[in-house]
Amino acid sequence: MLTVEALSSHYGSVQVLRDFSLALAPGEVLGLLGRNGAGKTTAMKTILGLIRASGGSVRLDGVELTDLPAHRIPALGLAYVPQGRRLFGELSVEENLRLGLMVKDKGKETRARILDLFPVLSERLGQRAGSLSGGEQQMLATARALCLEPKVLLMDEPTEGLQPSMVAKILETVRVLKGQGVAVLFVEQKVEAALAVADRIAFVENGTVCETATPEALHADPAPLYRYVGVGQDAG
Amino acid sequence: MSGVLSNRWLLALAVLAVLLVAQVLLPPYHHTNFARIMVLASFAIGYNIAFGYTGLLSLGHAMFFAAGIYAAGLGAQELGLSMPAALAFGALGGLVLALAVGLIALRTSGVAFLIVTLMFAQAVFLTTLYFNEVTKGDEGFVIAEALRRIEIGGAELKLSDPTVRYNVALALFALCYLASIALLHSPVGRVLVAVRENEQRTRMLGYNTFGYKLLAMVISGTISGLAGAAYALLFAYVGSTFASTQYSIYALLWVLLGGLGTTLGPLIGTGLMSYLVDFASDVTSSYLIVVGVVLVVLVLAFPKGVVGTAIERWGRLRS
Repeated sequence: MLTVEALSSHYGSVQVLRDFSLALAPGEVLGLLGRNGAGKTTAMKTILGLIRASGGSVRLDGVELTDLPAHRIPALGLAYVPQGRRLFGELSVEENLRLGLMVKDKGKETRARILDLFPVLSERLGQRAGSLSGGEQQMLATARALCLEPKVLLMDEPTEGLQPSMVAKILETVRVLKGQGVAVLFVEQKVEAALAVADRIAFVENGTVCETATPEALHADPAPLYRYVGVGQDAG
Repeated sequence: MSGVLSNRWLLALAVLAVLLVAQVLLPPYHHTNFARIMVLASFAIGYNIAFGYTGLLSLGHAMFFAAGIYAAGLGAQELGLSMPAALAFGALGGLVLALAVGLIALRTSGVAFLIVTLMFAQAVFLTTLYFNEVTKGDEGFVIAEALRRIEIGGAELKLSDPTVRYNVALALFALCYLASIALLHSPVGRVLVAVRENEQRTRMLGYNTFGYKLLAMVISGTISGLAGAAYALLFAYVGSTFASTQYSIYALLWVLLGGLGTTLGPLIGTGLMSYLVDFASDVTSSYLIVVGVVLVVLVLAFPKGVVGTAIERWGRLRS
């Protein structure tokens, strides 16, 4: 479904991504783990066309995305939930959702399905998005991305700054999406959360995917977690 | 949601009703002042669509206002266009110039966009001076009174007549005001606000933000051009002063003072500023010092403009 091959990108003269490759099948959940500055967010933004790729390819169902302007990519089935939610704070919850629905001219059915997934948003439709709690903002950011009815959802640190009950809700949402056949690629700092929901974990270092492993394999041998994320160094 | 929308329209109708009734209550001097304010507020509405709604901080909107003034003035005087045709020609002048400038200037953003629009406006200003055989330069020209007439159902209305002038100005303001409310709350308007809030975020949702910004510029330029055309025809004067940077700064001040991104702000800001200059110049010849001090006080008291701050405080009271 989504195939990223030898992707590279730069910030000015500094190369951030190099030979970055991964593949996602329908309904698969892939977590990207790595230290700060490893290139995880840059990888997502390059896949989305928000940062111009300087080499390599990104294909969604065989369609090359690196040649397309960024605004045409979401309609093809790639949606993004950015780090820190990044809502349109001055607009209401309803208007934020409508901005998502308008892109693919989706109507009441999609809206109802999404509000079923996040019932708390139904009670907040007229409220300014900027006045929601952190957890509600994350739900709205996710809901807005789902308005695009994506084939692949990219989430950048979806549980950042959320209380445990909200983290559980977000992880549950990822499982529901997986059940609906939506592939999810996410960046996560909370290792336990990533292992709880992902089918595979890809470790990113120096702008490239160094290693992939299943959560089961990482539970059996957590060495890659020590190596690439620094988790459990003291214990080790 | 629909209740909120209804309230907005009700407020708009109330404002227009007050302006309609005001003409029979106002003494002649203020009658003319109000007509001028309504036309300039229409220009400010145009500017507000670019800066207030879409976040395009332009310092060159005088060029669109002037494009309307010259297109309508020269159209009436030299081409013999009727008043409605001259008005439409003025709006077209603003539209074409905004499209041309937008296609180039919108490739930049932030401070660079501000500088590019300032440079374009300066080029337009200098053009009005350079071709002074046609434009009459900074001296300008007066549109002959015989040309400033509209025929409606056999009756002839003179634009020099204070009542006709007031009502034409009111009709223009009503059109721009209601159109701006409709635009702001339409799906397109919501995308413009999203662009203002964060362009990259809007693009990542799948919107061609360049296209939307260009649309905002064109609508803004067209309204500014229409206001310029009305100004020329109602007040009979065409001159290069209207293309100067001063008028671009006025538009910015009116909108900031009234309330950036609010629909009523342009009228309040234009009215306040106009009367502030008027009263201060009655008191002292150094009136700009007084205007400056009062503006600083107003900005401190109403950081989001008069309407913007009032809306915010009302919201706080309700919650």
